Amino acid sequence: MARITLDNLAHSYLPNPKSEDDFALKELNHDWEDGAAYALLGSSGCGKSTLLNIISGLLHPSQGRILFNGEDVTQATTADRNIAQVFQFPVVYDTMTVRDNLSFPLRNRGEDPAYVAARVQEIATMIGMEAELDRKARGLTADAKQKISLGRGMVRKDVNALLFDEPLTVIDPHMKWELRTQLKKLHHDFGHTMIYVTHDQTEALTFADKVVVMYDGRVVQIGTPEELFERPAHTFVGYFIGSPGMNVIPAQVEGARAIVHGTELALPDGYGTITGKTAIGIRPEFARLSADAGLPVKVRRVEDVGRHKLVRAELFGQEINIVAGEDDQISPDMTRVWFDPAHVNVYADDWRVAPQGRAA
Amino acid sequence: MNKTVNQKAWFLVLPVLILVAFSAVIPLMTVVNYSVQDSFGNNQFFWAGLEWFEKMLHDDRMWNALQRQLMFSGIILAIEVPLGVYVALNMPKSGFWASFCLVVMSLPLLIPWNVVGTIWQVFGRVDIGLLGYTLDKLGIDYNYTQDPFDAWVTIIAMDVWHWTSLVALLAYAGLKSIPDAYYQAAKIDQASRWAVFRYIELPKMMGVLMIAVLLRFMDSFMIYTEPFVVTGGGPGSTTTMLSIDLVKMALGQFDLGPAAAFSIMYFLVILAISWVFYTVMTNLDKKGM
Repeated sequence: MARITLDNLAHSYLPNPKSEDDFALKELNHDWEDGAAYALLGSSGCGKSTLLNIISGLLHPSQGRILFNGEDVTQATTADRNIAQVFQFPVVYDTMTVRDNLSFPLRNRGEDPAYVAARVQEIATMIGMEAELDRKARGLTADAKQKISLGRGMVRKDVNALLFDEPLTVIDPHMKWELRTQLKKLHHDFGHTMIYVTHDQTEALTFADKVVVMYDGRVVQIGTPEELFERPAHTFVGYFIGSPGMNVIPAQVEGARAIVHGTELALPDGYGTITGKTAIGIRPEFARLSADAGLPVKVRRVEDVGRHKLVRAELFGQEINIVAGEDDQISPDMTRVWFDPAHVNVYADDWRVAPQGRAA
Repeated sequence: MNKTVNQKAWFLVLPVLILVAFSAVIPLMTVVNYSVQDSFGNNQFFWAGLEWFEKMLHDDRMWNALQRQLMFSGIILAIEVPLGVYVALNMPKSGFWASFCLVVMSLPLLIPWNVVGTIWQVFGRVDIGLLGYTLDKLGIDYNYTQDPFDAWVTIIAMDVWHWTSLVALLAYAGLKSIPDAYYQAAKIDQASRWAVFRYIELPKMMGVLMIAVLLRFMDSFMIYTEPFVVTGGGPGSTTTMLSIDLVKMALGQFDLGPAAAFSIMYFLVILAISWVFYTVMTNLDKKGM
């Protein structure tokens, strides 16, 4: 178990990166706290797996250092770092039995056979494969194989960190819940530092204490699920987290007022003068249709998605989403949308601008 | 689903039947025809029954050739398969040098058999051949035309030179199909180099290796041109393989009856061994070896 520090870390797959665009992973400074569970969230190709492979030592970074508990391990091999990692697609040793697969990492480290046997039994119970222990891994289904991969990742107790690279992609939904719960329990019981890469926000939000959102090779926000929801630091976070994502509406911001297509909107806080491409962000959950207050909208479509209704509307030619309660009546005279000022965020060039203090 | 029965469909297989008849069945039946008859020339044939088969089965000449043949195939397989795998493991995985290696290794495969034979025939000569001359100057007594052991070494070296590439290329294709994640997982699991070979690379190569073994076995078991060009089956008959012996008998001595019987038995042996290979292969596959 270790605290993992990334110091000025960056990586490019090109031998001589010139501009920032050549970097798959842009310069990054971050501390992964000892014993915390992190989710690394982002769309495909944003550098999540690159970062994970750098931490586990499968990839050597183009620049910067990695420290485990303050000790520089940038040049250390994967074996020396003592890390467990589970990959997106199942990796099993086909010719070995399930039991041998699970005990393989322990035997390679020369553990006592009695301990290995007991530990394998424990893990087999955890992944629900005791019955299959003595059959060959070849010919098992994809999710059984992935369970073995997960088991191999969890079998060592003394690892510095447990890394998961979208491990539940091939598992069916029912089993996903169960395995995720097992992982949480494992984290609870042993307190490993865990980093869990995923592009599924539900998975990220349920698994992790802290969610790290990556976009285009950059970490755009690190925070608790609430922080990501309430105050997305980047429009990408607003759009990526939430279903549907945040509405981003181009606006001019002057002091404590936002002007959307000539219509003024009061903000709870002052913002001073902001330069660049400015916009306001409001989550569909904090927008209300109304008959008299707010900006003019045209309702296009109402979808009943079960626990609530989703209103697709047009605001000055831009499509926005509004969440309405299951029992809310939506009548034809509702031609305006009202934004809860407390939940309006202001963005300049896609990055959130912090308010300067309460407006008078 | 309702299927209509239409016997006219048989006509659709007719072209294939005719082709196969001309290319395989009719020539084979000619051989069968010869094997059960005797001729004293003038195109007169007499029924001989199974006499030729009986004669051949009690003939030391065929048994000796078969023994040499099995030894030859066994030796070249024992060398070419491990060597091919070793080469494949050490080839670059990508980039210019990977393509370079592939081209260089394909070269021997493109050379016609009798040219290969000629190359080695000259290469091994003590008077002008690079190999023979060098060995002679080093004080090593080497002469493939007189010493059976030297003759064997020469034809085995020739076959290894000619065909190891095939095994290597097949093994390389097998290796290339292994996703990176396997190697990464092995590193995470702290597997040794040997364990990576034994539990990842070898199982993934098994399929193509089986094909390589089968191809090399069949090909070497039927080998004719190269040893014939190099040694002509000598010294004596020490490098006379089955094919060479068969041609000597059929064309040299014009013993059509015994040669036909010989051919049929030769064919059956190859068929039987290939069948065993195939069965073992598919069984291994099923059992999940």
